[in-house]
Amino acid sequence: MSHEHHHHHDHDELALRAAALEAVLVEKGLLSTDQIDAIVERYERDLGPQNGARVVARAWVDPAYRDRLRSDGAAAIRELGYGGFEGDTMVVVENTPAVHNVVVCTLCSCYPWPVLGLPPTWYKSPAYRARVVAEPRAVLREFGVVLPPEVEIRVWDSTSEVRYLVLPERPSGTDGMSEEELAGLVTRDSMIGTGLAASPA
Amino acid sequence: MSSVDPDVASPDAPAAPPRTNGALVFAEPWESRAFGVALALHDARVVDFEAFRARLIEGIGSWEASRSPADGGYRYYERWLTALERTVLAERILDPDDLDVAREAIGREWDHDHDHGHPR
Repeated sequence: MSHEHHHHHDHDELALRAAALEAVLVEKGLLSTDQIDAIVERYERDLGPQNGARVVARAWVDPAYRDRLRSDGAAAIRELGYGGFEGDTMVVVENTPAVHNVVVCTLCSCYPWPVLGLPPTWYKSPAYRARVVAEPRAVLREFGVVLPPEVEIRVWDSTSEVRYLVLPERPSGTDGMSEEELAGLVTRDSMIGTGLAASPA
Repeated sequence: MSSVDPDVASPDAPAAPPRTNGALVFAEPWESRAFGVALALHDARVVDFEAFRARLIEGIGSWEASRSPADGGYRYYERWLTALERTVLAERILDPDDLDVAREAIGREWDHDHDHGHPR
């Protein structure tokens, strides 16, 4: 058993620090375990790219909504019931045949939680954060997004004040699709800019 | 230049099904606890999230300044937990001695469970 213990020593050390921090905060009456459980459950279950996908699909079918999304992202997103922490100021950047947008947080991991949930590991990695600014076209190619040279790539650096959501282009061959079906084509990565919306099967 | 690991990046990942975050959000349970504690402290107005974020940014920056990108070993939630500990200590919300005592007690408990062969 002690072999196991040493084998996982690093991991144990971090788990121990986290457990001790939580235990002392609870013991001092500053937090309750239930509060922490509720937050974790919300972020694991309720917040995620399925929310952003509904925003994008609405914008694809409703030009007036798209205009509102352009002029005040947070307000238009609230119309669909999504908002709150880390989503107060949302800027929606729209992909066109001439411009492709991609989002990063160079300093840490800022991300539009209400519409995308928590960021994937690669979004937080030093490699992505440094390279997507320095060589966006090469990074996008690694994600499988190969853009013609004439397409301008705009990189948006998130801050604690402003979060960005990419509005991907509506795929062709989707004219007869319902809003719900369209939402199913909107991938997480297409809303970060490291992917495109999927084509209909 | 280290690449953005395409396996981790999984560019072909489809849209997440409803009510899940799709990708692995927390690799280990302690990460979710550290995340939840930071947000709960903000909700309870014990810690201002921006004060915490400033320490997180500082910690990530100094980690990156001290290593080359190819080194690897970067663990986001380790930086998160460290920033959180620094925040509660700097703002005198907790006493460092109390944290030490709790670590020892919980560590003893876990070792005891190990000795009896209980999975953690």
